[in-house]
Amino acid sequence: MGPVIELWTALPVVIQIVIKILAIMLPLMIMVAYYTYAERKVISYMQVRVGPNRVGFFGWRLWGLGQPIADAVKLMFKEIIIPTGANKLLFLIAPTLAIGPALAAWAVFPFDAGLVLADINAGLLYILAMTSLGVYGVIIAGWASNSKYALLGAIRSAAQIVSYEIAMGFALVGVLVAAGSLNLGDIVEAQQGGLGLLHWFWLPLLPLFLVYFISGVAETNRAPFDVAEGESEIVAGFHVEYSGMAFAVFFLAEYANMILIAALSALMFLGGWLSPLPESWSEDSVLLGDGFHWLLLKTFGFMFLFLWFRATFPRYRYDQIMRLGWKVFIPITIVWIVVVAVMRMAQMPWWFN
Amino acid sequence: MKAITNYISSLFLFELFKGLGVTGSYFFGRKFTLSYPEQKAPVSPRFRGLHALRRYPNGEERCIACKLCEAVCPALAITIDAEPRTDGTRRTTRYDIDLFKCIYCGFCEESCPVDSIVETRIYEYHFEERGEQIMTKQMLLEIGDKYEQQLAEDRAAQANVR
Repeated sequence: MGPVIELWTALPVVIQIVIKILAIMLPLMIMVAYYTYAERKVISYMQVRVGPNRVGFFGWRLWGLGQPIADAVKLMFKEIIIPTGANKLLFLIAPTLAIGPALAAWAVFPFDAGLVLADINAGLLYILAMTSLGVYGVIIAGWASNSKYALLGAIRSAAQIVSYEIAMGFALVGVLVAAGSLNLGDIVEAQQGGLGLLHWFWLPLLPLFLVYFISGVAETNRAPFDVAEGESEIVAGFHVEYSGMAFAVFFLAEYANMILIAALSALMFLGGWLSPLPESWSEDSVLLGDGFHWLLLKTFGFMFLFLWFRATFPRYRYDQIMRLGWKVFIPITIVWIVVVAVMRMAQMPWWFN
Repeated sequence: MKAITNYISSLFLFELFKGLGVTGSYFFGRKFTLSYPEQKAPVSPRFRGLHALRRYPNGEERCIACKLCEAVCPALAITIDAEPRTDGTRRTTRYDIDLFKCIYCGFCEESCPVDSIVETRIYEYHFEERGEQIMTKQMLLEIGDKYEQQLAEDRAAQANVR
């Protein structure tokens, strides 16, 4: 190990950071690619089909595992068509604006105790800012396309994301009250306890947990809140005019956002990398003890929920989305913030003492 | 009271969880997809696929150029020319089916008084160039010769309902 560490410290800081970014980005991109495959597979299984099973590697079929690669290659070689009358600059900048924040949010994400790219104290605020910024990509794409459908999709998406941002923000306020910190690492540490999963925030913050995850689904424009795309109503919504890699980047952004929301839910409500088993069982074991694998497992669980929802629920009507956001979620979160604050003041066992 | 229970059940997303349960159970259920080129769905004896012209067991072609099929064809896909043969019988000199026009309704088969024009179970065929879609008499007879046993069996099986 000695020489490796020496070599690492000898590198310029910028190079170190770039390597760290790549270490986060590459697995994330592979995960995004295979998330699209998992989506098709899971939804088809729920619809009593088998899904993609033809494209494999080197003549082996491998249950269609080559499918995302084939899709990506296809999209890369397609022409990016710019519609007449479109604002060319904004049209091409929009996908970048969509994916930028989705990837940037990972900077403050702790993967294990101390394993984080930028350990900043206002981590939660940064996450909130980044996930909100993603909507600019959608709005600009809809406006720059010079298309009615795209504009309608963008308007819907903007209104929806702004509405759910509030409920989401309030849910995060509950988390920060409970944890007493905005640093994501500290939030996880605050959920540590001898009883394993009973110490996590999902129990005292159960309504906030549900509201956060459902708002997250709405925020990423996923079914049943996918009115921004709503293929049966407005073709493909904001990305109707996009093709080739520009479209693929929107796709990547959407899936990266889904993974982010799933990972954040796991982090803030299900104890991140903490082991769900009581401390006395898991103390000495690498596999049962705290570790990155638990975070991964929890994240996969939430990612599966996204797909499960899409296979199950029909799309909400637009006014119902607004009603749910403003008249159900926001009151629930406000009430529960007060409850959490009272629990915290009373030092309620065993989360807050 | 009912309003209250309704409110509570909608607040706790009761029906949504029920829906998730349904799709969740199908997730583990048996899948019905056939892997097409390897597995094929069973084909009915009444299947209406590619056409064929049949012969009698002695090798004589059945078609007597009555042109009923040509008349009944709703898509005007069949073109027939006929002449008396040297032995005095009436036979076709040309029997073309345009497969681009054909809608595979099976009227030709139904109208045929001698069971000559039939539709086979073949459904895997393609054309690579314009013009290949015209099935000539020769091609139709060849298909009929090749699948005669199958065609005869299918017709025999359906004899009581035809």
